Amino acid sequence: MQLHGVAVRYGRVPVLKGVELAVPSGEAAGIVGPNGSGKSTLLRVLATLLRPTEGSVAVFGTEMGEATAFAIRRRIALIGHQPALYPQLTLRENLAFVARLSGHTDERVDEMLDVVGLGGAKHRRAEQSSHGMQRRVEFARVILTRPDLLLLDEAHAGLDREAGQLVDAVVENVRSRGGAAVFVSHELDRMLPLVQSTYELTGGIVIAGSSS
Amino acid sequence: MSGPSFWGQAYEIGLKDLRVEGRTGEVLNITIPFGAVALLLIPLAIGTDRPLIASIGPGMFWVVTLLFGMLVTFRQSATESSANREMMVLLGVDPAAQFAGRVVASVLLLLVFEGVLAPATIILYNPDPVEGWAILILVLLLMAVGLALIGTLASGITAGLRSRNTLAPLLVAPLALPLLVGASQTYEALAQKSSILTPILLLLAVVLGLAVVGVLTARFLEEASR
Repeated sequence: MQLHGVAVRYGRVPVLKGVELAVPSGEAAGIVGPNGSGKSTLLRVLATLLRPTEGSVAVFGTEMGEATAFAIRRRIALIGHQPALYPQLTLRENLAFVARLSGHTDERVDEMLDVVGLGGAKHRRAEQSSHGMQRRVEFARVILTRPDLLLLDEAHAGLDREAGQLVDAVVENVRSRGGAAVFVSHELDRMLPLVQSTYELTGGIVIAGSSS
Repeated sequence: MSGPSFWGQAYEIGLKDLRVEGRTGEVLNITIPFGAVALLLIPLAIGTDRPLIASIGPGMFWVVTLLFGMLVTFRQSATESSANREMMVLLGVDPAAQFAGRVVASVLLLLVFEGVLAPATIILYNPDPVEGWAILILVLLLMAVGLALIGTLASGITAGLRSRNTLAPLLVAPLALPLLVGASQTYEALAQKSSILTPILLLLAVVLGLAVVGVLTARFLEEASR
């Protein structure tokens, strides 16, 4: 995945300016920066959800355009600030909905919920579940759909140690299959053991990048 | 792994919408009682002029169906957060299939809504009996489909906007006018035993036009809402 000179403006307000970033297959990159630095916007660009005002984005070696974006989106998973769940549905129904839309069977749903430790709580509604449980459903979604590019926005936030280890396992799973992952986080210490490169974003500009 | 077909996706979206409605009970517990109360209050406000009440009954039914039916379709779309919309994009769900699924779910809910309010109108207003119940059932179906299409389309246009709650009803009113005219004129034609062809064709043309516009613009509207 490669970004070259990417800029994003909301109206006249510049959010990203000339961002250069590359994440090879099988690696994970971390992006750190203060609030409002453009981290979440950058993730949305990588997820093909937001078209940059300037510059080019190549994902899986393909230059991003509307037609190519449509073709590769199924290979991308985004875990954002807000859980992508329907509050009125149970945890199992939420995952089953995603599973059926991505061509998986209901048996796999129960299997995945057991993997993320939600086997006993699967019939609880999302609105009656804790943030950690909602996050676990999202991790189950990632394991189920096997994306080649995983994008995580503050994935460790509000999670206990056990759920945090699940994040690590999910990232390792994607990397081991030759995929790539990009983290956005304030918690540099939790992110560092998982990433091969880090980028610091301030005021929409990548001011530093380092590889380990 | 490849996902379901277009209609498979639409089925899943529609089923999910109905399941959410089953949990919230917005239509059954809130919209239907309010619609019934609106129908009840109008004759009370008019007084004891029975012929007048009987003559305005069908029109009141269509107006209440239109206004409260819009709430049914708007509530359906309110369950979609931006995170959910983005997830659908990344799952590769066809926006046109989303549109179709939502419309089908809304049609079923609107038919329940009409199924409760139609007998209530007969009881409260005692309108003059007309021949051609099969035609009236067809009109109820077309009205439900038309309203579902308009509501889903308006929700798509206003998705992601801060002013969506204000803007959506303003969009709906002009789009729903031909439906109101078509439905009321069909009833009028049945009462007067004249030809129903023109109003039925109007309803069919509106429904068909909205369906085509909805499907063709679904992807564009989905992109614009991001």
